[in-house]
Amino acid sequence: MRAVRHWSVRNARGLMRLYDLFQGAIVAMEPVVRRIGYDRLEKPVAAVEHVIKGAMFDCQMCGQCALSSTGMSCPMNCPKNLRNGPCGGVRADGHCEVKPDMPCVWVKAWAGAQQMMSENILDVQLPVDNRLKGKSSWLRIIREIKAGSLPKPHSSARKAA
Amino acid sequence: MTIEEEEGIGTGPLNDGPAYPEMIDPGPIDPAAPLEPLPGHSSRGRLERILRAGEFAVTAELSPPDSADPVDVFDRAAIFDGWVDAINATDGSGANCHMSSVGVCALLTRVGYAPVMQISGRDRNRIAIQGDVLGASAMGVANILCLTGDGVQCGDHPEAKPVFDMDCMATLETIRAMRDESRFASGRKLDKAPDIFIGAAANPFAQPYDFRPLRLAKKIAAGAQFVQTQYCYDIPMLKTYMERVRDMGLHEKCFILVGVGPLASAKAARWIRSNVPGVHIPDSIVARLEGAAKQKEEGKRLCIDLIQEIREIEGVSGIHLMAYRQEESVAEIISESGVLRDRKPHSVNPVIPHYMQQRFRVPS
Amino acid sequence: MKTKGNLEAKLARGEFVITAETTPPDGADEQSVMDKVGCLKGLVDAVNVTDGAGARSHMSAFACAAIMAKNGIEPVLQFTVRDRNRLAIQGEFIGAPAMGIPNILCLHGDAITNGDQPDAKPVEDVDSKGLMSMARMLRDEGKLPSGREINPAPGLLIGAADTPRDPDASFKPTGLQGKIDAGADFFQTQFAYDIEVLRRYMAVLNDAGITEQAHFIVGVGPLISAKSARWMTENLFGVHVPDAVIARIEGAQDQKAEGRKICAELVEQFKEIKGISGAHLMAPRGEKAIAETLTEYKLRG
Repeated sequence: MRAVRHWSVRNARGLMRLYDLFQGAIVAMEPVVRRIGYDRLEKPVAAVEHVIKGAMFDCQMCGQCALSSTGMSCPMNCPKNLRNGPCGGVRADGHCEVKPDMPCVWVKAWAGAQQMMSENILDVQLPVDNRLKGKSSWLRIIREIKAGSLPKPHSSARKAA
Repeated sequence: MTIEEEEGIGTGPLNDGPAYPEMIDPGPIDPAAPLEPLPGHSSRGRLERILRAGEFAVTAELSPPDSADPVDVFDRAAIFDGWVDAINATDGSGANCHMSSVGVCALLTRVGYAPVMQISGRDRNRIAIQGDVLGASAMGVANILCLTGDGVQCGDHPEAKPVFDMDCMATLETIRAMRDESRFASGRKLDKAPDIFIGAAANPFAQPYDFRPLRLAKKIAAGAQFVQTQYCYDIPMLKTYMERVRDMGLHEKCFILVGVGPLASAKAARWIRSNVPGVHIPDSIVARLEGAAKQKEEGKRLCIDLIQEIREIEGVSGIHLMAYRQEESVAEIISESGVLRDRKPHSVNPVIPHYMQQRFRVPS
Repeated sequence: MKTKGNLEAKLARGEFVITAETTPPDGADEQSVMDKVGCLKGLVDAVNVTDGAGARSHMSAFACAAIMAKNGIEPVLQFTVRDRNRLAIQGEFIGAPAMGIPNILCLHGDAITNGDQPDAKPVEDVDSKGLMSMARMLRDEGKLPSGREINPAPGLLIGAADTPRDPDASFKPTGLQGKIDAGADFFQTQFAYDIEVLRRYMAVLNDAGITEQAHFIVGVGPLISAKSARWMTENLFGVHVPDAVIARIEGAQDQKAEGRKICAELVEQFKEIKGISGAHLMAPRGEKAIAETLTEYKLRG
């Protein structure tokens, strides 16, 4: 799985574009989703999301996806669940302090972000809402975009530099 | 008088006055009283004043004793008295369990020391962290340093659950909102906001190197007013980092204190290099120690040399001395390095309250 | 003796103790602690400090307790397992006696979803019994579970919570025995307004030898109105205010005064029940009401 995850980061830019298209598509489906009902869709959509994002990103289903701000490297794979950048314990070879055989999620994230030429990585991410664990991020995005909140509802207005 | 009465046991409040008459702090002058508030200052502590006055600050790290006796804490703090502007109280550093940082800080403030309370996200969730911030501030703590915290696997409780509910960025923002907007993260109002000078940690010496200054910028955006860095043994690397920091103007928004510490021997240096992730020690440093007749002395000398070089780097506001198990050499290092020039940091000359002098172990 | 505390000394002498409860203030102010709890000084043997009551943030219990100890009120520091892991909690166990905090009470804590930050992560690294056994190991063996020594060891009197209930024929106090085995030196209970139920409950505990192994401090408090009494019966786990008590308050001209009177009567009745070592007075934001009850009826241990 890790090999796929690293491929995803290497191809972060292409994936980002794909993801934008996908997001547009799912938002367009909002009327359908609403007719069936968000609650009824929650379980099946979350299951599908888990399979797809699990395969591509080792997604941990935090329910508040930050991939677009983390160079397509899932921050919930960081043993310290850091969502704002690497801790000070990154090894000289760029591997994780806690799991020495795993490359640091944030070393990857930084590489991915440069690939994406995105500045989203500078957004200060708010703490995780633990209630959303295991829930679908996609449905939440549809709902929040339709409700008029920002497309990136889980980053604060603060931006570094 | 029975033995029990002599011990102070049994003089209960329902019989004759307060349970702990000796617990009420003696003396008319309270050394723990905060300084007068100054415009443009967030806290009422000494560290912020020194830094804002443009002085080169010196802080040191106290490793908490494995003891429930307050006197042991005071003994360790006394080594730094008159040499440093603030004392860091670590929060289970190395993921080893020690006296809590709130506990150590409460003891230190009570006799007049200026602690920097470290808070890591490893052991507490957001409910506990906010409580500790209020409690520490109420007890006179003026400086709080937000850290990620070491992973539990490297300490003596690897079976413990790592919490990591809030990362240090979230903690910084939460404390800033508590101070500036007088509210909890939930929005609930505070009766009195905590006057805290907010700090963060930085490690310019770990991967991904070019992201590190940006991470500092994020921390500043989240509320950091000062940072203390990981041990610096690589001056060129620090200079590269500081160049980028100056380009971004970060040194004008945040005080940067660079971490330093004496290495006991070449062997110790090698051990740290391979066992403490995030500490970068170049080969040249190890070689220098190796070649010395007295390695421990050379370690001190090296530390002094590093301090003198660091002091000259534009944008560096101070040093943070972490002399783990070599605390006794702190005064010598500071004095020899001449880093304070003619300045003499505030000396507390602590008066330890009587009740704290008694050993807390109860005779059986 | 395990601690230098007054609570332990009085319990050991077999005297009836009175404890109360306070919730730390929502601010970074030392004075506000004493503003709240100062009225109890000299009236009670110890005051419990709640830890994140209602799953909300307040000033940390540790700090609040340290401030109280400094000002001459003996605290019982409450610990929940909801917000801290074992590293943080043991760090506070070691720090507590240094701050003059001799007593602790180990609890589970309200569910995080009941508070105003339901998005927080519940920690629950250990359970309340785990906490007690860690505290006891620190105190009696002077070491952490890892084997590292703590010298001198922290002197702590270890408490646990309990809920009195009407014991049926099959009831066995195995839960209490489990807590005692884990290290509980004393229990403080949920509100007990039904004196008959309490009598039956205590009889079972006496027969099972529970009350010989740990001190029992029974919870009660001044009710403020019949409405509030009904609310407590319906919403608080394990609380039953008998209809007769509610009717008595309802019929009174001054419901609050009647509530204090009932509370005082119950405390006097507790003293007559074998196995009860004291009364634990609780009232949400009611430190003053507790102090009034104690002075008005000259309740002493």
